[in-house]
Amino acid sequence: MNTPINFLLAGVGGQGTILASDVLVNIGLEAGFQAKQAEVHGMSQRGGSVTSHVRWGKVVYSPLIGAGEADVLLAFEKLEALRSLNAMRPGALVLVNMQVIQPLTAISGEQTYPGDEALHKLFAKLTSHIEYINGEEISGTLGNLKVANVVLMGALSALLERSGQAGAELTPELWLKVITERVPAKHVELNHKAFQAGREAVGKR
Amino acid sequence: MIKMLSGNEAVARGMWEAGVAVASAYPGTPSTEILENYALFPNVYAEWAPNEKVAVDVAVGAAYAGRRGMAVMKHVGLNVAADSFMYASMTGLEGGLVIVTADDPGMHSSQNEQDNRTFAKFGRVPCLEPSDSQEAKDMVRTAFELSERFDTPVLLRLTTRICHSASVVELGERTFPAPEPKPFPRNPAKYVMVPGNAIKRHPVIEQRIRDIAAFAETFSYNRAEPGDRALGILTCGVAYQYAREVFPAASILRLGMTWPLPEKRIREFAQSVERLIVIEELDPFIEEAVRLMGISVEGKSIFPITGEFDPRVVRESAISSGLLPKSAHIPLADLETDSLPGRPPVLCPGCPHRPTFYILNKLKVPVNGDIGCYTLALTPPLSAIHTCGCMGAGIGVAHGAAKAGSPEHHVAVIGDSTFFHTGIPALVNVVYNHSPVTTVILDNRITGMTGHQENPGTGRTLLGQETVRIELEPLVRALGVRHVKSVAGYNVKAIEKTLKEYVRLDEPSVLIVVEPCALLPDVRKRWVPLEVLANKCNGCTLCFRIGCPAILKSEELDEKTQRSKALIDASMCTGCEVCAQICPRAAIPFRSAKFEAGES
Repeated sequence: MNTPINFLLAGVGGQGTILASDVLVNIGLEAGFQAKQAEVHGMSQRGGSVTSHVRWGKVVYSPLIGAGEADVLLAFEKLEALRSLNAMRPGALVLVNMQVIQPLTAISGEQTYPGDEALHKLFAKLTSHIEYINGEEISGTLGNLKVANVVLMGALSALLERSGQAGAELTPELWLKVITERVPAKHVELNHKAFQAGREAVGKR
Repeated sequence: MIKMLSGNEAVARGMWEAGVAVASAYPGTPSTEILENYALFPNVYAEWAPNEKVAVDVAVGAAYAGRRGMAVMKHVGLNVAADSFMYASMTGLEGGLVIVTADDPGMHSSQNEQDNRTFAKFGRVPCLEPSDSQEAKDMVRTAFELSERFDTPVLLRLTTRICHSASVVELGERTFPAPEPKPFPRNPAKYVMVPGNAIKRHPVIEQRIRDIAAFAETFSYNRAEPGDRALGILTCGVAYQYAREVFPAASILRLGMTWPLPEKRIREFAQSVERLIVIEELDPFIEEAVRLMGISVEGKSIFPITGEFDPRVVRESAISSGLLPKSAHIPLADLETDSLPGRPPVLCPGCPHRPTFYILNKLKVPVNGDIGCYTLALTPPLSAIHTCGCMGAGIGVAHGAAKAGSPEHHVAVIGDSTFFHTGIPALVNVVYNHSPVTTVILDNRITGMTGHQENPGTGRTLLGQETVRIELEPLVRALGVRHVKSVAGYNVKAIEKTLKEYVRLDEPSVLIVVEPCALLPDVRKRWVPLEVLANKCNGCTLCFRIGCPAILKSEELDEKTQRSKALIDASMCTGCEVCAQICPRAAIPFRSAKFEAGES
């Protein structure tokens, strides 16, 4: 792999994007790549958009991904998914969590939160490698909404396997090892279940 | 052992390995995590100073005492500390002195994107710039060694992208020269900068910077990477990474020390290539210095002087100027996303600053704001911050406007930590030179914007020790303010009554609004989400005017008014009851109603 693989993570403060990008960069490292991670926007506690970049490769120089060069999108929220559209390479692999977090600009009626139809239409123009998932619904059935981010990691692991690109060779065990190192001991089992549920949601065990 | 570390974590590790004896800082994005992480190492001393000037003086004191001292700040912090930075350069020191400046190209969280390399040149001080986390760690030690060898402060310049990016770091040992137990120096010729002594010191520091320039010729972090001779690139910091990625074949001279510059090496490098360019973020700092050497060079004619770089910025700039062929262009999907609703940062649900701004908006007074979470009250619907320039500016600006005869009553708004930072002298001025300015101190018992750091008003230090809590009301009274009142942050009526009284006064007044930040762990435990009684709400929209992200528009319309009823998102609501207090129809029951109903 001479060109790095570029992951873009987009969400809203408090959704667990930081843990997810920390997991992702360390998985790259465990898999023997050079890996870098950048927190691009992060007024996390004040409801702003949060973006991070993760890159794996034989050699990785820039921690930032240039617009149009992201290969994989992990979007934690629908509006933030749409906002990331033009950061993506056409044909990119996209995973969108169908969560809605209304920004104040939409609550006030000043602007309109886009509907699902517009979302599907725009993403169809970008790529055919797209998967929608409802992380909160799945994590809700596990009894803890907060593990939605790990549900997404599970789904992402399965999608990478299916895509056959870099990262396809990583085993679920490796993902789980890195996740386990980063969550409180009492929540390990819950996180493992969330990871598995994410894989199953996109059709992999 | 290797570890994935952010640049800030790496600097903290480097400080520990290099045996920093005293570290002092004022929090500021993107530098805050440096001291937060350093404070976690065993047996270290680190502190939050009330401002950056004090932090530099503290680090200087440690260095005068023969130990390694470090001061850490964001770029604009060095403006506050400039006076101290300049005298420290004049005196030199006994132990090492390193000042970290974290610049913010792109202004992710700052009022400007000033390039602090200019301070290094201005102060005759060397400037080191790491290009990744490994170098961020290693250069801390190098900076101290330089400082001690050349008797000079050293500026370690980071940028947001270095601070907040993670890459692999090979950890090192904690080894540093054992401090000699010697008395504090009595050397007035060196350490007392009266004119007679300062006149003699000036030539010394001019010679010092020439000596360091000679040293820079062999400095290992000034690294040549020979390649294709058609293009030679001078670069530094994170821009090196973009240069390497976009021009994999070019010859590169990466400068790890960007002041003073190694003239001989640059001249040789320039002669070895056909075309010489500089890739540097912000100012043409290296470019102009190289041009002064009489060397033909391009830089800002190709790459932007504003904003942060990334590989795309560098590549597209290079294509536009013919450095790269048009075929290098990476097309964008170019899908229509302009109409998407924005998601600007807002005051959090339950923010104790909200009621004050709701009232200030109602009173329609000019509000001179300051730097902190509360600056976010500038956006609708609160729209109650009308100026904000830098830390501590609001009170002085309000006073000046009042003295100029501004026909309205001016209100200055400042947070607790910012008041300790630079607000106190400005309030002294309001009292001393007498203006009818009302100062509102928003005391949320923590430094909020940068993510909950202790400050002189919290009763706790960076190392977690209990300490004296400096009380604001007695302090303000001691300054001679006669009209002072402390009220609870969620008490909308009390805030309104006091502000209405104060804006009619013809003398200085101070309202202290006290309420801990809703995100503090102890406060979180007390959250009780409220709800809207749909049968009582008539969609009057009053509660939407406080701009709380937890109050949504319901899909249910009121039959008469045909307006959306309010709906509270229970996952966000803290139960601060501000909306309950302003609802004219009692459609939002207070917490007590919930308790009475036996729900909690």
